[in-house]
Order: sequence, then C-alpha cells, then structure tokens
Amino acid sequence: MTITLTIDGQEVIADQDKTLLEVAREIGKDIPTICYHEATTANALCRICVVEVEGQRVLQPACIVKVAAGMKVQTRSEKVIRSRKTILEMLDSTMDLSETPEIQNMMKDYNADPNRFPDAERRESDVKDDNPMYVRDYSKCLLCWRCVQVCAEDAQYTFAINFDGRGFETQIGTFFDKSIPETSCVLCGQCVAVCPTGALKPKREFLLEQGMSPQEISVLNTGRKQKSKVKDQRS
Amino acid sequence: MSEIDLTPLKPAIESYIPLGRSGLLPALHAAQKIYGWLPQEVASEVAKSLRIPLAEVHGVIEFYSLFYNEQVGKKFIRVCTDPACALKGADRLLNDLCKHYDVEPGQTTGDLSLTIEQSPCLGLCELAPAVWTMDNGQSTIGDGTKEEYHPSSMVYGQIRELTSNCGEGTTTLAKYGEYSAYKKALKKNTEDVIAEIKASGLVGRGGAAFPTGVKWEGAAKADGSQKYVICNADESEPGTFKDRILLLDDPHLTIEGMCICAYAIGASKGYIYIRGEYPYIVPVLENALGEARTAGYLGEHFDIEIRVGAGAYICGEETALFESIEGKRGFPRVKPPFPTTNGLFDKPTVINNVETLCNVPLIISKGSAEYRKMGTEKSSGPKLFCVSGDVVKPGLYEIPFGVTLRDLLKMAGDIAGKKPLKAVLFGGAAGAFATTAHLDLKLTFEDLRVAGLPLGSGVVMVFDETRDIRNVLKRLGKFFAHESCGKCYPCQMGTQRQMEILNRVAKGDVLPDDFVRLEDVGWTMTDASLCGLGQTAASAVLSAMKLWPELFVEGQRLKVEDQKVSKVSKVSKTKPKTVKKVTKATATKSKKTTTKKK
Repeated sequence: MTITLTIDGQEVIADQDKTLLEVAREIGKDIPTICYHEATTANALCRICVVEVEGQRVLQPACIVKVAAGMKVQTRSEKVIRSRKTILEMLDSTMDLSETPEIQNMMKDYNADPNRFPDAERRESDVKDDNPMYVRDYSKCLLCWRCVQVCAEDAQYTFAINFDGRGFETQIGTFFDKSIPETSCVLCGQCVAVCPTGALKPKREFLLEQGMSPQEISVLNTGRKQKSKVKDQRS
Repeated sequence: MSEIDLTPLKPAIESYIPLGRSGLLPALHAAQKIYGWLPQEVASEVAKSLRIPLAEVHGVIEFYSLFYNEQVGKKFIRVCTDPACALKGADRLLNDLCKHYDVEPGQTTGDLSLTIEQSPCLGLCELAPAVWTMDNGQSTIGDGTKEEYHPSSMVYGQIRELTSNCGEGTTTLAKYGEYSAYKKALKKNTEDVIAEIKASGLVGRGGAAFPTGVKWEGAAKADGSQKYVICNADESEPGTFKDRILLLDDPHLTIEGMCICAYAIGASKGYIYIRGEYPYIVPVLENALGEARTAGYLGEHFDIEIRVGAGAYICGEETALFESIEGKRGFPRVKPPFPTTNGLFDKPTVINNVETLCNVPLIISKGSAEYRKMGTEKSSGPKLFCVSGDVVKPGLYEIPFGVTLRDLLKMAGDIAGKKPLKAVLFGGAAGAFATTAHLDLKLTFEDLRVAGLPLGSGVVMVFDETRDIRNVLKRLGKFFAHESCGKCYPCQMGTQRQMEILNRVAKGDVLPDDFVRLEDVGWTMTDASLCGLGQTAASAVLSAMKLWPELFVEGQRLKVEDQKVSKVSKVSKTKPKTVKKVTKATATKSKKTTTKKK
C-alpha cells in the first residue's frame, strides 16, 4: 500500500513498508549513515541519520523508522544539523578516522571542526596481530557493531567476539581477551568485509601497508622465524 | 593463586540451567557468591552449563559493574559519592577509609582482604553519607560510624496512603491482612479493572508519567497467550529511595498490585527486577512471596520471580531491563515496538514502577472516584517525594499532589542551619534545578511542566546557599559517563565529553567556548539519543546553564579562589589528585584494567 508524506516540503508517495531512509534516498535526499549496512540488522545506534519528524519529541533515526501517511519530515533542520555535526566532532575527538574518507567528507559537509574538543580522552588500543587472516586496530573502531552482528546471528553464528566495558569505554573484545585463534573464530572474514573504518583489515593488506613486498609476505606465510622479523620492521 | 575448584559451582547453578540464556545473571550472581569474583574457568563453566557462547558471557560480565573478572577483596566497601552523599562529607569519608586501610579508591589491598570503591547512588540518600559493605557475602549498610543489616526508614508527610505500613520494619502478611483489593478485582471483569485504573488518572511514578491504565489496556488487548507483569525496582536515579522503603517495609502492597495487574492483562508470570545494590531487600521479598503463595494469592494462575540486577542504572530503562532478564547486556532497544506488544521475550508485557504498583490496590479498594479526591484534577492521588540534602529532616514524604515546594520543605524542617536556599534538584540526575523563585510552585505534573521542571521519580535534593553547584554538576557528569551503556553515539561519547567539560567547570578552568561546546553536546544527547538515559543526561546541566550562565564561562578561576565559601569544593580541592584518579578508576572500572592490559 502506498501513502503520502512530506519530506522537506516535497510531497512524496511511498510504499508504507519502506523506511524514511529508503524513501528519502529514492528522491535524491542525502541522509548520511554510519552504522547502517544493508546486510546487517539496523540498530539505529550511530544516530547520524536522524531527521526531524513533526509531532515527535526527539529526532528519529531514518534507517529504521517507517514512513507513515501524513508524516512531515525535515532532513536538514537546525536541530538535525547540530546533532550530526556534534556527533561527527565527537567521533573525531574519540578515534582515528584516517581510513574513513566517507566520514571525513561528512565532516566537510556539516562544517564539523576536527578540533572541537580539546583535551578530550581518546579511545586507543594497540594493534592486535594474532592470527593469519586479519589484524585488529580498535583505535579505528567506531563501534558500529557490524562485526559482532555478522559473527553472531546476522550471518555466521560463530560468536567469537563481543564487547568489553560499557559507555565510552566500550570496545570489541573476546572472552577474557583471548587471541583470535583461541576463540571460536573460523576466520570467515565477514567481520573484515563489513568493517567501515579499517579497524579490521586483511593481514596481507596490513603487511603491504607496512612496506612488505608480496614476496616477503609469501615467505612469511611459511615459517615462524620470519614472523618476528615482521614485528621488528613494524616497530 | 590456587587452582579453582569447580565442584561447588555445579549445584549452585543447576537450577538456572533450564532457564538457558535467561539464567545467566542469576548464575553469575551464584558463582560470584562462591568465588568472590568470576575467574575465567568459572565463567567458562557457566557458559557451558547454560549453553551460551563464551564471548557473550564475557560481554555480560563486562557490562555490569557488580560482576568482577579480576580478584577483589573479601570485604568490599562502596562509598556513595553522588551529590546527596557528597553534601554530607562522602569524599572525606572515602579518603579517611582509604587512609585507614592504606588503599587507593578503586583498589584492592595486597592481601586481597579489602577493596574500596566509589559507588554511584546507593539509594540511601536520606541516610547520607552512605556506605555499603559486603563482607564474605554479608551485606551491611551504614554511614561510616555504624553498620546495620537494613537501612532504617524515615517516613513523613501529610498522608499515609502508600506508606501506611512503612516506617516500622517489614510488614508481614499477617499484619498486612488479606489481599482485599485483589479479591475485589477478581469479582470484576478484567475490562472493568482496567477502566477503574484508567479512571483514576494514575500515571507512572518511575519518571516517564505514562498513563498506567492505557499501558495495561495495550497489553490486555495484545495478541498472545503468554504475557508478563514486571515490577521495575531497579531504582537507581540519584536521590531516589522510595522504592527501597516500599519494598522493605511493605512488600505485600507491591505484590498485590502485581496480582491485580496480572489478572487484568492475563499474565501468568511476573518478575520483580531489583537493583543489585539492594541485596538486603531480596530475602524480605522472598519471604513475602512465600507468604503470598501459602495464602493462595500466588502459585496456580500467577507467580512472581525475583531478578537481581548487577550495577547498571540503564537497566531501569524498561527495554534494557528486559534484555537484562533475558541474560544480556543492558542495551535499550529501539522503540517501537513497545513493551505492551513486544516486551520481555518479545511477549506483551506491562512494566510498572514499584510506587505505581502500590497505587493499584489503593485505587481498587477505594474506587477511582474516591482516589481522585486526593491531589489535583490532572495529577491525582498521593505522591512520594524523596527529600535529601540540606534539610533538617531528610526522608520519604507522602503528600497529595498540589502541595507547594515551600510547604514540603517546611515539613522537612527547612534548610539546616537556617541558611538561605540556593537550589533544589528536581527529579534526580536526569532532572532540573529549581530556585527560590519556584518555592510557591505546586507539586503537580501540570505546574512543574509549565515551570520546565520534571517530577521524575520524586527527587527533591536541597542545596543551601553555601553549596557550589559546579561540584554537583561534576558528580552528575561522572554519573552519566559511568552509566551510559555505550550503544548510541550521542550518549556514549556525549556523556564522556560532558563529564570532561564539567570537570573543567568545577575547577574554574573553563576553556574558551566551553559554554557552546557543553550546550551542543547537551542538546545533541537530548535530541538524538536512543533512550531516555541519553535524552535526559544533560537535563540538569542545561537547566543550570540557564540559571547560572556565569559559572560556565572563562574567568571562573578567579572566582573559585576569591570565594572559597563552599565547604564541599574545599574538600575536593584539598584532594584534587585523588578525586580525579577515582573518577577515572570508576569510569574505567578496575576489572577492565585487567582485561585491557595488553
């Protein structure tokens, strides 16, 4: 069934089963998203896609809110812009966004100041290089949850990873901080595929970035001795 | 460290195995009771027995601050340093205790005999400063000078409707008498019971003020044969202690309220979810449930199970509470769908606050017309106020809606030391500040709304003229940063940034543009957060910024040094290092330092 709603003053006829995000994108409206991914359950947690819906006390996440008849939506109201800009500024003050060009573009779009929060505590972590398949650098993690979701009910049912801590101190972690080979991880790589920031990276890509040649990497795959050499090179 | 003997674990968690995932929190509590903490082998055994993935068990242990995955002291002292206790010298008490035992806050002694930690609000605000001690599984509470098994209840006010059995220890069923309201309800059809509740005008007393009858009707009409009634006793809003007194002194009133609700909506199972900081209420409730079963009120058609939280303010949020009962991290869910159709285990659920449920037998007994004679037209019935801070007689006050703030303060003996009033924090950490300009305000939903003040959970925290509001804000900032679940970005990062700015404000060390920065963070949390915690995490701060804008701008360093009036700020100023360290230690939680030491 179709319904009629208004988005930024424009009347739109839409399928009532669709989300605000889907309908807005269909008519060419640019609503940014960070945690949203078509292949994972939408959790509406990054809140960057929030829009103002008339009659609602708080802003609504476009990724999960369904369109409804007579709905009046503003995708770039003053409130919306303040929230998006502040969320982006807080992200930049918290984590390493160097490998997320999409978010950097959003920051330009919303005039977000990368130095908005001086003296802010950052969420930092050492690079975890503990398995042959991928490397984890949670300094780059923005907690979109996608890796945890695909490791669990959204895809693989492996349940190798979950969360450490809570609040600002939250981080992705394993049972008592075990290394990946000690967990139930099957190295399926789905978490790496859905990671939006380079926090999870294929080992080979990581090594190439460290300046190793493809040949060195293939040698590396054959013995333990060389592995320590790699660490030396990195440091 | 000796090998861990898993033999006592198996019998202790056996009864939770059939519950599966939902048995996780009770099983972890049982395990921690045996070992004092949750070693890896124990967590692993619990996971295997309940058939839960290891990583998920780890995530749950990490989420709840009363579960420890590193060894802690046999004796555990927690000192509340939230605003009401801070006014009564909690910082000094904490420091004295630490000095006495030669240990830093958040640390355990080398011989593993003792851990001392700062705690978020313990719900003992009228007895401030509050100290909660667990010694080999035995809980006591006190104020640093004396220790008791149960806190005493100080109950005052103009009426004794909800508190008629409060103030003189626990009321047994023999003294409570029969569940006459429940019996009366059973003679009506369920629609009439709901109609009576709707007609009474009762709205939720936990803070959100949603019409109770409408909630019940939603669940009653929802499809499904399995429905649930949940009593939300996760009272954790700083400054709130009413539910503690209601449950401890008169548990049958709540249970009777739940029975009536269960009948009205067709629920066969109920839960009382009580915060982990109230362990002394659990045996009282268990005993009362036993009495109610013997008397035939519970058992055949409807029964109630107690669930104990583990240190997470967010679990007072209804959907986070469901997740917690289901054995998960207390992450709030996105709404809709709402609990009335998709609540606990995705089934239709009514979740009501303790005080809300206590109103139910009253309404059924009296009839809604008689009930409405109390209070005002738009705010009917009796209301409990938790009065704490700088008053002569802090305690629980029961009054009909419509009494003025001035009169309530008068009942509480006015400000201690006859000092002038500076401010009243209404509604708790998630509330807002009132000043002398609000003294003649009637305490009703409608009058408070016009004044921009939330009634919240009934917190009235009083600050005299000598108090430094910046110190209060610093503590609120720390509270929310500690309690944010970390799910949605505005709250996860906003509570942290807000705390950092408020720490600067408290020191009088404000950076240029901190005012706007604090406002932007505050409004972003308010407008864009996923749940009520984030949406109200800046409420008190934004209200203070309106009332005292001068506190948030540069040049405050001078003022702090010039004035030196505040006793509280002096205390924290003499030990700035320790206080800061503590903030950090509790925010990161000691257990995480273990898991994150890479």
